[in-house]
Amino acid sequence: MSASRASRFNQRSLAPVLFLAPAILFFMFYVIFPIFQSMQISLYDWDGLGDKTFVGMDNYVELMDDEAFYTSLKNNVIWLVLYMLAIPAGLFIALFLNQTVFGMRLYKSLFFFPFVISQVVVGLVFTWFYDPSFGLLNVILGWFGLGPVTILGDETWVTYGIIFAGLWPQTAYCMILYITGLNAVDPEQIEAGRLDNAKGWNMLWYIILPQLKPATFIAIVVTVIGALRSFDLVSIMTAGGPWGSSRVLAYYMYEKAFSEYGFRMGYGAAIAVVLFLIMMIYITVFLVKMYRDEKGH
Amino acid sequence: MFPTPIERRSLALQRLYKTALPFAMILWLLPLIAVALTSIRSAGDITAGNYWGWPTSFNLVQNYSDIFTNTPLGNYMWNSVRVTIPTVIGTLALSCMSGFALAVYKFKGNMLVFFMFVAGNFVPFQILMVPVRDLTLQMGIYNTITGLALFHIAFQTGFCTLFMRNFIRSLPVELIEAARVEGVKEWRIFWFIILPLMRPAIAALAVLIFTFIWNDYFWATVLTQGAESQPVTAGLYSLNGQWVAAWHLVSAGSIVAALPPVAIFFLLQKHFIAGLTLGAVK
Amino acid sequence: MVTKFKTTIAALAASTILATSAFAGELVINTDTSDPAPKAAFEQLIADFEAANPDITVKWNLFDHEGYKTSIRNFLTADAPDLANWYAGNRMLPYVNAGLFEDVSDVWEDNGLNDSLASAAGSMTIDGKKWGVPYTYYQWGVYYRKDIFEANNIEVPTNWDEFKAAGATLTAAGVTPITIGTKYLWTAGGVFDYLNLRTNGYDFHMALTKGEVEWTDPRVVETMNNWKQLIDAGFFLENHTSYSWQEALAPMVAGDAAMYVMGNFAVAPLREAGLTDDQLGFFQFPVINPDVPLAEEAPTDTLHIPANATNKEDAKKFLAFLASAEAQTKINEVLGQLPINKDSTVGDDKFLQAGYTMLSTTDGGIAQFFDRDAPAEMAKIGMEGFQEFMVKPDRLDAILARLEKTRLRVYK
Repeated sequence: MSASRASRFNQRSLAPVLFLAPAILFFMFYVIFPIFQSMQISLYDWDGLGDKTFVGMDNYVELMDDEAFYTSLKNNVIWLVLYMLAIPAGLFIALFLNQTVFGMRLYKSLFFFPFVISQVVVGLVFTWFYDPSFGLLNVILGWFGLGPVTILGDETWVTYGIIFAGLWPQTAYCMILYITGLNAVDPEQIEAGRLDNAKGWNMLWYIILPQLKPATFIAIVVTVIGALRSFDLVSIMTAGGPWGSSRVLAYYMYEKAFSEYGFRMGYGAAIAVVLFLIMMIYITVFLVKMYRDEKGH
Repeated sequence: MFPTPIERRSLALQRLYKTALPFAMILWLLPLIAVALTSIRSAGDITAGNYWGWPTSFNLVQNYSDIFTNTPLGNYMWNSVRVTIPTVIGTLALSCMSGFALAVYKFKGNMLVFFMFVAGNFVPFQILMVPVRDLTLQMGIYNTITGLALFHIAFQTGFCTLFMRNFIRSLPVELIEAARVEGVKEWRIFWFIILPLMRPAIAALAVLIFTFIWNDYFWATVLTQGAESQPVTAGLYSLNGQWVAAWHLVSAGSIVAALPPVAIFFLLQKHFIAGLTLGAVK
Repeated sequence: MVTKFKTTIAALAASTILATSAFAGELVINTDTSDPAPKAAFEQLIADFEAANPDITVKWNLFDHEGYKTSIRNFLTADAPDLANWYAGNRMLPYVNAGLFEDVSDVWEDNGLNDSLASAAGSMTIDGKKWGVPYTYYQWGVYYRKDIFEANNIEVPTNWDEFKAAGATLTAAGVTPITIGTKYLWTAGGVFDYLNLRTNGYDFHMALTKGEVEWTDPRVVETMNNWKQLIDAGFFLENHTSYSWQEALAPMVAGDAAMYVMGNFAVAPLREAGLTDDQLGFFQFPVINPDVPLAEEAPTDTLHIPANATNKEDAKKFLAFLASAEAQTKINEVLGQLPINKDSTVGDDKFLQAGYTMLSTTDGGIAQFFDRDAPAEMAKIGMEGFQEFMVKPDRLDAILARLEKTRLRVYK
C-alpha cells in the first residue's frame, strides 16, 4: 500500500518533467540560448566565416553614431504609433459587421481574408497599387487631376505607404478579435444601458468597451509585436530604400548581417539586441498582467 | 446586441446598410480583386499599359499553366507543404505534452517555465537569426526542409504551449482527480482522458499554425535558398525578381501561393477563429 | 506519443538525405542569369556541355539577379554547388580571401587559357593564382533612340556641351533625355562611374574606389557638380527610385525617353520590346574634360568553383569547356555580349562590333564597375548616396561626408 503510494507520488513528480522535456529542450536550444548568443556576438567583430575578434562595446558605440540606425529607430516608432490605428479601425469594422442580415458569415470571412494571405503577397499587391506609372492609386488620383505620386520612391511617404499596406491585414486581425468579443458582450447590460437612455457613443464607451477589454488587450499585444517585427513588407516593397529611408531595425539588422554589402554579424547582433530590449518592455508588461490574472484565479 | 440590430431600425436605414455592405467589401478587397483580374490578362495587355481596363482576352488557363511549366513554382509549393505539415504535427505533439504538464501539475518553477514559453514567443526574430542560422549550418541541415521545420517547431511551441495550457486549465479538474483515485497512470490520463478532450484546441491550433508557417517569409530566406528547398513565400519573391514587369504572372503566382491557407480558412473557419481568440483572449 | 515523435524525426531526416545528396556524375550549377537572354544562353551552354559529356548530368539552379547577391554567400559556406557565376576583380576578393573559391590555376595551365583568355587574366588573378574563368564582358555607354534624335535634329554628342544641348532640345520636345531605374541602386553607380572617369580619369577613379582618396576631395565634388548640371536640367526620368533597370526600359520603348546609360545587355530586351536597329543606336559616353583619356566601363562575368564543391573534377571540365573559343562564341551570341577568348568570333551585331572596336582601342583604361571596383560595403553606401543625390542634389555635402566616414571605416 505504502509502496504503491510512493510510486504514484514519484510518478506524479516525474511526469511533468517527462512531459515538458521535449518542448523545453527544443525551446531552449532554438529560442532561449540564441538570445544570449546574440548578446555575446554583439561584442565581437565577425564576418560569419573567419575568427571572431572581441571588440567590447565598439559595435554599440558605432551604432550611436550611425545615421541609418536612427532612421530605422525613427521608422520603428512611426510603425508603432500608426500600426495602432488597426485597433480602432478593426473595432469600427467589427461594429459595422455585427449584424445578422443574410450572408453575414460570408461577409465576415471576406473581410478577414487579408489576414490569411502571406505578407509577401500583400507586399507585392501594394507595390503594384502604388506604382507611379500605372498603379491604381495614381489612376484614381488622376481622376481628380492629382498625382502622380511615387509613394515607395519618396523618402517622405515611403514608410507611411508600407505601414498602410501592413494595416490592411492587421485591421482584419483586430476586427476578428472584436467580432468574437462583441458576441460575448452581456445582453443584459446592454438592455440595462438602454433603459438608462445610453445610446451610440455613450453606450459604446461606458458599457461595451469595458467588456471588450480582453479583446483590446490582445489586439494591442499582437499589434505592437506586428509593428516591431515589420520585416517582410519592408523587404518586399522597398528593400529599405530609397537610400535607406524606409529601413526599420528588423530590416537594417538583416541587411548588416546577411546581405552582400554587410556580413557584419556582430554589428547586426547589436541592432537585434536593441530591438530586443525595446520588445522586452512590452513582454514585461504582458507577463506582469498575466501574472496578476493568474494570481486572481 | 450592440450595435442595435439593423432589423429594429428604420426601413431606409436597413436599405442603406444592405447596399453599403457589398460596396464596403469591394473597396476592402479592391487590391485583391485587381490582382485576380490581372492574373488572367494577356502579356499584350500588360505591355500596352491596359492594367485597369477590360482585358482584351482572358488567359486564365495560359497564365496559370505558364507559371507551373516555366518556373519552379510547383516545387516551391511542394516545399511549403513539406515544411508546414511536419511543423504542425511536431508543434502539436510538443505543446500538447507541455501544455498538459503546465496545466495539471503543481511543481516548483511551473510559472517560470510557463512564462519562459510566453516570453520567448514574443521575441523579435532578429535576435535569433544569427545564432540559429549558425546552429543550422553546424548541424548540416542548412538549406533543407528539416532545418526550417525544426526551427519552426521549436518557436511555435511557445505560442502553442500557452494556448494548450490555458485550454486544459478550462477542463474540469475532477476528471483527472477521479482517474487518479482509480489508479490510472499519468501518461494514460494524458492519452485517454485529456487528449480526446483537446480535439477542438488541436484543430484550432493546427489551422492556425498551418497558416503562420505557410506564410512565413523571414525564416525561409534565412535558412533556405533555391528552388530545391525554399517555400513558396520566398520563392514567389525570387520569381518576382525574374518576372520583371510580367505582372500577369506575378499576380497568378501570388494567387496560387495564397490559395492553400485561404482554402483552409474557408473550410475550417470556425477552428481558425477559435484559435485566434480562444487561447489568447482568456 | 514519443514513438510518434521519433518517427516524425526519422521521416524528416530521411527527406533531408534525399534532398542534399549529390550523385556522382551530377554537376550542380548556380547562376543568377534569370533575364531571358542570359537564361537562354546558359540553357544552350549546358545542353552543349551535356552533349559533349554524356556521362555528366547538370543540375542547374536559377536565382534572380538581385536576390543572388545575398544567396551566394550562404550557399558558398553552407550548401555549395559545383559551379557558381560571379564577377571579376574586387568583387570576388572577399570570397577568395575567405577561402570560399577554389584555385583554378591548373585549369588555366592545362588548357592554355593564359594565352587565350589573356585579356582578362589580370582581373582573375589574386596572389598569383587564378580563381575562376571569365566567359563574357560587355561595353557600357549610351544607348539611344536614333529616330527621336533625328526627329529633333540632334547629332550624336561627343562632348559635354553638345550632350547638355542635346538634353535641352529633348526636354523642350517633351522627351526625357535619360531613362534610369535606381531602385536597386547599381544603375546610379554606372552614371557616377562615367561622370567620374570623364571628369577625373581612370587613375583617379581607381584610387577613389580603392579608398585612397577622400570622398570630400574637390575632384569628387567636381564630378558631382557635373552630375548636378544634368539633374537640374531635368535629364533623368522622374520617379526613378521606384523602378528596376528593366522597368525603366519602358519609357524608352514608348519614346518618352531617348537615352539610357547602360551595359550592352540592355539591347536584347529593347529589341524584344519591338525597337528595330534603325531606331536604336549606341554612342560612347561624351568627353567632359578633354585632358583625360577616354576610359571605359566593361565588367567581366565569370564562373567559379566553390571550395566546398563536391564534384570538382567535372566542374573543371565544365570550366575548360566554357573557356573554349567555340563555346564563348556561341554563348556570347545569345547573350549579345563579347567573348573573352581571343580566338572567338565577335557576333556581327552592330552593337557588339561597336563595343568591340571601342574597347580594343581605348587608351584610358577599363574599369569593372563601381560595385566591383569598390569593396561591397563602400559600394552599397556609395550607391545609396548617389541615388539620394539624384533626388536631393542639395544634400551633396552631407552625402559626401557620410561616404567619407564609411571610407575611413571600411578600408582600415
